Amino acid sequence: MIQIKHLTKSFGNNLVWKDVSLEIPDGQTLAIIGKSGCGKSVLLKHLNALLYPDSGSITIDGHQLFELSYVELRKIRQKFGILFQGAALFDSINTFENVAFPLRYFTDYTEDEIEARVIKALEMVNLKESGEKPTSALSGGMRKRVGLARAIILEPQYVLYDEPTSGLDPKTSEEINELIVALAKQLSITSIVITHDMHSVLQIAEQVAFLDDQKLSWSGTIDEMKASSHPPLLDFIKASEYQI
Amino acid sequence: MDAIRQLGQYADLLFQALRSILEFSSYRKNLFQEFVKIGYESIPIIMLTGVFTGAVLTLQTAYQLDTDLYPASIVGSIVGQSIIIELAAVIGALVLAGKVGARISTELGTMRVSEQIDALESMGFNSVTFLVVPRVLSGIFMFPVLYVIAAVMGISGGLIAGALDGILPAAEFMQGAREFFFPEDVVFGVVKSFVFGFVITSISAFKGYYASGGAEGVGNATTQATVLSCIYVLLSDFVLAALLL
Repeated sequence: MIQIKHLTKSFGNNLVWKDVSLEIPDGQTLAIIGKSGCGKSVLLKHLNALLYPDSGSITIDGHQLFELSYVELRKIRQKFGILFQGAALFDSINTFENVAFPLRYFTDYTEDEIEARVIKALEMVNLKESGEKPTSALSGGMRKRVGLARAIILEPQYVLYDEPTSGLDPKTSEEINELIVALAKQLSITSIVITHDMHSVLQIAEQVAFLDDQKLSWSGTIDEMKASSHPPLLDFIKASEYQI
Repeated sequence: MDAIRQLGQYADLLFQALRSILEFSSYRKNLFQEFVKIGYESIPIIMLTGVFTGAVLTLQTAYQLDTDLYPASIVGSIVGQSIIIELAAVIGALVLAGKVGARISTELGTMRVSEQIDALESMGFNSVTFLVVPRVLSGIFMFPVLYVIAAVMGISGGLIAGALDGILPAAEFMQGAREFFFPEDVVFGVVKSFVFGFVITSISAFKGYYASGGAEGVGNATTQATVLSCIYVLLSDFVLAALLL
């Protein structure tokens, strides 16, 4: 379980958000929504200690994330898979090697075992035939799917998605959303999805957290969101042109 | 204020690199790749630089000493010593600041702004061990090798230019070069290239590793890496000359 307590972050004099507290139960999919620039991705990077807060804490399976030594932190990080906004594929190696990358360094699998696992992961994201392609030859949607295959290759407990459907056409977005739901079910993972796409939220999330006005403005289940009369949340949903 | 902050960041990066230097298995593969990129792939440009530096130096030295007061072999002595003590190391380093330094800062800068470094960290890798250590170590090990190549090519270039231009026969050039050849000068050149290798790769890695702001940020980081590398090569050249000669 992930517990965020009283988290505050600023860059210089620019306050991003303050006193954010949130609990993410195991096996659930949480969508963190909010306007562009409200600090959603900043919050996501705190969950993996890629950024550190000004104050507050994050507890992951009982471990205080920001108090861990670097060696301990690296072990905790291996519980996570992250799909970055631009997929963050390593452009010096091909698609297959990108997915195989964590296996080569963190496991003792033989070459045959690595190949079998990579092919299985690429199959899960419907890219079995693309292993030999250089990452520069992949489309935006394919890059996200390869990033997803790499994120789940070590069978993580938590997967963090940073804007998984941004910049994609509606059809590809739909496919990515379906993939997120399918992977959460198949692998029993806890998913945290950063998005401002309300269509995605309704398709994939069980819990929703809304960042607005430099704070956690609202949080609850999908059904609670649908019934909510919280004005900033309603404004956001209305502005996204999505009718609930 | 910004300069002090950057100096602190640079020292912190070096400390992290030093602390993780024993994790050899983490960067072994990258180290050998960098040996090839920094060392092997720089041989053609270093050979070219060496040959032309030696050739031009021979022609200019002969022009300045166009008198019967000295034996012609003195040209070989001056060219040989200048190449070994100074030019092979410094001109080689300035060329490599452009070739090697720019590549390192661009590569790491692009990895930074496209979140590839974050991706490495998020998987549990130590990105400094994985990316910075092999590049700096390769610089430290490969620059002295490149220096020796540059020195040999420089003397060869001088010898060929002297013979082709009719200034002095090859045997006379080599006689002059041998007369003033001192092994400690080679040691001095190797020490200098060792330091230059560290200066160029560590500054370039630092600038790339902390790049920000997209394509423009990577461009700025690369420009700063190249300019700073050249400045610190010249500065460290002066300090080493003052200390060791």
